[in-house]
Amino acid sequence: MKVIFEKPKSLEDVTFHYCPGCTHGIIHRLIAEVIDELEIQEKTIGVAPVGCAVLAYDYFDVDMHEAAHGRAPAVATGIKRVHPKNVVFAYQGDGDLASIGMAEVVHAAARGEKITIIFVNNAIYGMTGGQMAPTTLVGQVTNTSPTGRDVEHSGYPIRVSEMLGSLVGPGNSMKRVSVHDPKHIGQAKKAIKEAFINQIEGKGFSLVEVLSTCPTNWGKTPVEALKWLEEKMLPYYPLGDFSPKEGV
Amino acid sequence: MQKVIFNEEKCKGCELCTTVCPKKIVYMDEKKINSKGFHPATVTQQEECISCGFCAMMCPDVVIEVRRPSKEGKKDE
Ligand SMILES: Cc1ncc(C[n+]2csc(CCOP(=O)(O)OP(=O)(O)O)c2C)c(N)n1
Ligand code: SF4
Ligand code: SF4
Ligand code: SF4
Ligand SMILES: [Mg+2]
Repeated sequence: MKVIFEKPKSLEDVTFHYCPGCTHGIIHRLIAEVIDELEIQEKTIGVAPVGCAVLAYDYFDVDMHEAAHGRAPAVATGIKRVHPKNVVFAYQGDGDLASIGMAEVVHAAARGEKITIIFVNNAIYGMTGGQMAPTTLVGQVTNTSPTGRDVEHSGYPIRVSEMLGSLVGPGNSMKRVSVHDPKHIGQAKKAIKEAFINQIEGKGFSLVEVLSTCPTNWGKTPVEALKWLEEKMLPYYPLGDFSPKEGV
Repeated sequence: MQKVIFNEEKCKGCELCTTVCPKKIVYMDEKKINSKGFHPATVTQQEECISCGFCAMMCPDVVIEVRRPSKEGKKDE
């Protein structure tokens, strides 16, 4: 019997605390698979965020560091500059990265820091009970937008990959992927792998924005949530490569 | 022959794996309940499984392991 699929080595053999059907778990697994395939478990250092993934340090079997809310890119910068031969990644939610931590990610990208960020965009603050995020869709109902996000009041959702791609020069990489079906999960893994390779080759900053679900705070079953991601998030957040092609 | 193996204790009953199986053989076992209180996903028609791995890729909780028989002359090799 040939093993087609099993738990990656870089993932601890524990049960995630995530809600049933939450795609944070798929994204964790993809990162661990990539670490295994690149054979970098011994030299990878991860930075965990504040958000539902706050306990990520318990799940990856690599060295991990916790960062204050939104500050993962700054912490990852420090680690990478002190340990340039190590592979450093940060795992951040959209509240963490695109609200309180927007300054840190913009400047880390602008400096071309040789770190990799896995940016989990689930269009909401999951951990704190479902408040509106900068990535919440227009019309999306959350605890703090009970009648739907109103452009007049809150503006338009921020497209982080496009924004960062417009700021920086070549060598930096920004891609948006999704995990709503096996085909897209395969593409997401490929993008995560390329982002790590971008760092290993010393090219620059790399970010992979992964569209993800929050069935609990979206008020949907896990299956409905995947469908909602596909039908509502994909049109506003197109998948693709937003890396700068030439100097700015 | 077990081609697809579910660690039923770890299952959270989300049903995502049941939606992606091309053979439609993954189902929630309503007769069982794990210590978390969920009906776990499972496959009984193991012979129907084509070892595509889709169910395992879709599972957020790494519940599923997939194997492929390495018999010579087998179509799915
Ligand atoms: C300095 C500070 N401000 C606010 C909070 C409260 N807080 C915790 S997690 C969070 C948002 C998390 O949302 P996101 O980053 O999108 O992660 P998710 O839970 O959706 O994965 C907030 C505002 C905090 N912990 N620390
Ligand atoms: S609250 Fe949302 S993001 Fe957090 S674990 Fe639950 S489903 Fe996932
Ligand atoms: S490996 Fe493929 S065919 Fe077998 S149970 Fe899983 S999804 Fe179905
Ligand atoms: S996807 Fe995983 S956790 Fe969800 S029902 Fe299937 S086996 Fe259980
Ligand atoms: Mg979020």
